[in-house]
Amino acid sequence: MTEVNHASKIAEIIEAYPVDQRFALAAMQDMQHAFNYIPEEGLAALAEYLGCPQAQLYSMATFYKALSLTPKGEHIIKICNGTACHLRGAMNLATELKRDLGIEPGETTENGEFSVELVNCLGSCALAPVMVVDGNYHNKLRVEQIPGIIESYAASGAEEVTAND
Amino acid sequence: MINGTERILVCCGTGCIANGALGVADAIERELVAHDLSDEVKVDVSVVRTGCSGECEQGPIVRFMPRDLMYYRVKERDAAAIVESLEGEPVKKLLFKKDGETYEHMDDNPYYALQHKVVLKDVGIIDPLSLDDYIARGGYEGLKKALAMTPDEIITEVEKSGLRGKGGAGFPTGRKWRTAAGYDVFPKYIVCNGDEGDPGAFMDGSTMEGSPHAVIEGMIIGALAIGAEEGVLYIRDEYALARDHIQHAIDDAYATGILGESIMGTDHKLDLSIVRGGGAFVCGESTALMASIEGRVGEPRAKYIRSVQRGLFDHPTVLNNVESLASIPTILREGGEAYAQVGTERSKGTKVFAMVGKVKHTGLVEVPMGTTLRTLIYDIGGGIIDDRPFKAIQTGGPSGGCIPEELLDLPVDFDTLVEYGAMMGSGGMIVMDDRSCMVEVARYYVDFLCEESCGKCTPCREGLRQMRAILTDICEGRGKPGDIELLERIGRTMQDASLCALGRTAPNPVMTTIKFFRDEYEAHIDRKECPAGVCAELTQFAIKPDACTGCGLCSRACPAGAISGDRKEVHVIDSTKCIACGSCREACRFDAVLTERRPA
Repeated sequence: MTEVNHASKIAEIIEAYPVDQRFALAAMQDMQHAFNYIPEEGLAALAEYLGCPQAQLYSMATFYKALSLTPKGEHIIKICNGTACHLRGAMNLATELKRDLGIEPGETTENGEFSVELVNCLGSCALAPVMVVDGNYHNKLRVEQIPGIIESYAASGAEEVTAND
Repeated sequence: MINGTERILVCCGTGCIANGALGVADAIERELVAHDLSDEVKVDVSVVRTGCSGECEQGPIVRFMPRDLMYYRVKERDAAAIVESLEGEPVKKLLFKKDGETYEHMDDNPYYALQHKVVLKDVGIIDPLSLDDYIARGGYEGLKKALAMTPDEIITEVEKSGLRGKGGAGFPTGRKWRTAAGYDVFPKYIVCNGDEGDPGAFMDGSTMEGSPHAVIEGMIIGALAIGAEEGVLYIRDEYALARDHIQHAIDDAYATGILGESIMGTDHKLDLSIVRGGGAFVCGESTALMASIEGRVGEPRAKYIRSVQRGLFDHPTVLNNVESLASIPTILREGGEAYAQVGTERSKGTKVFAMVGKVKHTGLVEVPMGTTLRTLIYDIGGGIIDDRPFKAIQTGGPSGGCIPEELLDLPVDFDTLVEYGAMMGSGGMIVMDDRSCMVEVARYYVDFLCEESCGKCTPCREGLRQMRAILTDICEGRGKPGDIELLERIGRTMQDASLCALGRTAPNPVMTTIKFFRDEYEAHIDRKECPAGVCAELTQFAIKPDACTGCGLCSRACPAGAISGDRKEVHVIDSTKCIACGSCREACRFDAVLTERRPA
């Protein structure tokens, strides 16, 4: 996405809301949804629109877990660490991902391919432990299944590159 | 042959969807077309995608209504057999089985037989996207009654029911409404707390998903009682499906004149909207939630003035939990006294629980207040997975406590568990077996709360950080004498001095595990041993030669390649490669993997 597109998309998101502080969180969530993070110019534009200090929005952006100020990877791996998943070995999944990808939860691989997140309960406790990759659920997951799953997503990315070539 | 109308209900709650329920529903629809029943059977068959049926472990669940036939663990490839069974014999392999018995009907299944559904009465039966479905089962009749009553009469009815806030605090709903109704300051607000953040709890999410109109009807009745004309549903960021269903229900309610300028043709008006949570646990706290709705950081404030007097935008505000609001329509329709027939002396009605962890039937249950934990775990939940020994049940999420075996016969209501340092809480129940380490569980909750503490007050922010450091030391073999007493001192300070309920209850998981499982703490500290075999730094795994059959399951499960052995020969774990993840122990079917203390 080009910078120009960014700016127009940001304006479109912000102007959908009335000028009222109570819509600040919603506007930032929309930006998060559109870009997978909140670009700096997005915060600035929203602050100007609402007539509030940018620091106030920054404090919200760093407070709420749904918001991120840094870009996320192409594939987002969420490990549910709700209590049920935790008891059934969620942390072992995180350890295995670290062995495979070399990143801790909260980090993104250097090539920007994968982000790993440890998330709060997803409400699918019967299927614990649960890992969600790009919205696809991998249920009752065992550690030894992880390398194959990672490969399938990495491979799909690689195929796209070949197809474009 | 069946006559009339048959509905095929496919459970499409979050759990079943994650298990492939949408594919099952599509496959059944395709099979219906392929079989073209309309000519042969003279029957109108439709597929209905419902909310959570409760028994998530056995999902996806398919049910015929009105014939009341229930199928479990359905796969897409079963669709043809299911459609054929509309006319003939049930598909045997998909029926519920227990102890050699096969159950065709829902009410025979022991999982449901002991339940009493009020909040969940329509969940799993109606199409949550259909207003007609809701109305056909008595929906909005409570509102009709309320519209013919004065606010005082509505509140009196709720007071008679004895309903108490089911988010966990247990404050009488009627009294809260009466206080708010007494202030002559306008506008007033009614807010629904749908920010269910306890890990391992999904009662409110499932209620909003499965019966969204019940929540909305409850809010409208509450608004009439207190004189509010605007309401907000604050729904957790992670609950996309619940949000969609509530929004759909709000749109339908506007379109049919149930919401808006003239509620059902009367002079009353109410606008409802959804605010999406930002993913912060503390926003389940009332004042933090209101700060978040106002577009600020979700930090609580000291409650010198209660939010019923000055809440959202400094105006009188009633905040009720999803489950409380969803109980209101039934209370109005059937009367407060009827509702109060069920339950205990001081806790009336029913409570929804999400039972998860090491229990056989993970899922959603609704039982009369006062049901014992033993009934919940063994009679309804089917006992512990693999029939392992029960160790503890954690109730009330990060604010609750761990309850040991000897207290399982206590009735669960708002007051009893509190006497033992735990609480019923919002309804999350996590069952733990002998392979759950209580120190590690305490660390897990403290870890969670460390991330979620807003940081505004010192006792909560710093207390949690210190507790985390001490508990991590204990789990990793650096525990020292005096640590337990220090944890208790920090805990008491937090209970006394924290600003909001999050901080005041945050030490509960630590305090209750120390109270009931002190020996496990001592084992970690004094003997550097984790009795449950969970804490990796203290544990090593070995294979009992006489129990090993050489099946190879463990070596295939090992992510570190630490297990070797020929087929049908005894396997061996290389402790230098072992990462102590426990995968082998989970994989072994012969109980041949044992844990022992890792030498320092």
